Amino acid sequence: MDAKSEREPTPTKNRTIVERKSERELVITRTFNGRARIVFEAWTKPELIKLWWAPKSTGVSLISCEADVRVGGGYRFEFGHEGSKPIAFFGRYIEVAPHARLVWTNEESDDGAVTTVTFEEKGGKTLLVMRELYPTKEALDASIAGMEGGMSETFAQLDELLVTLSAGAGPA
Amino acid sequence: MDGRVTPGHDRRGFEAAAAFGGAAARARPLHAANPCSILNHMVQYARAPFDASFAALSDATRRGVLEQLGRADASITDLAEKFRMTLTGMKKHVGVLEQAGLVTTEKVGRVRTCKLGLSRLEEEAAWIESYRQLWDARFDELDKIVEDLKRKEKVDGRKKRA
Repeated sequence: MDAKSEREPTPTKNRTIVERKSERELVITRTFNGRARIVFEAWTKPELIKLWWAPKSTGVSLISCEADVRVGGGYRFEFGHEGSKPIAFFGRYIEVAPHARLVWTNEESDDGAVTTVTFEEKGGKTLLVMRELYPTKEALDASIAGMEGGMSETFAQLDELLVTLSAGAGPA
Repeated sequence: MDGRVTPGHDRRGFEAAAAFGGAAARARPLHAANPCSILNHMVQYARAPFDASFAALSDATRRGVLEQLGRADASITDLAEKFRMTLTGMKKHVGVLEQAGLVTTEKVGRVRTCKLGLSRLEEEAAWIESYRQLWDARFDELDKIVEDLKRKEKVDGRKKRA
């Protein structure tokens, strides 16, 4: 048997869905073409988490990645971005049900969400549902509005660009 | 017209928006504000909003419209008059700016008013889409790991049988 015939046909890409399900909850869903224990492994072994948590397209790199996946165990991910100080995301695991469910806190901010990830296996595939539950509506709003800082940055850059372009265009 | 963007009375004006970001950054020490900002960095890199913006800004009339809206909100009719253009022509320009997320419009009665920036709902939708793209990029990588692990299990299984 040659290697090629053993390979499964390339499956179509599974869709990632993000919804604000309620005033204080964001829900992310995605199906993976593998058993729950395999997907769970990729979420719980630091050497594997490291491989996917900071994809190249985001422009940041993962400097360190510690995850002690036990009830009460801590995690800490540190990111770097173009010479700026590393930034840490950290918290504790509060529920660990192998191959089925993970719950952790996000403690880098005072009103961080509690994240629940469930792994639901069906026909050799796994439906992953990730819920980020914020303590209040305001906390989730603020998390989203945090983007406004980012948007402002974009606007500031656009402002500069606009000035440059207008200057180049001469008097109107 | 001196070619500069004048601060608008609207808080969504370019300079107002920049000042807003500055104030937010000052309110908390940098290291404390960072988890949020790095997420936004990640979100933004995933989003690459500049392409649409750049195309929108490539036109002198549209740059003029942005300058104008930086001073005050205006209706499409006002803008068409100011730029000596047909209503249809101005609608097209505003449409391009709107798609780039630079301008938002709201129809009240028979008048469509244009202002700089996104509406709050659009901002939320844009954020959610950016966040989706971040997770989508992560999950694409995760797919590869799942495939690797599956392959490894197959090989290990075969070894055991052998």
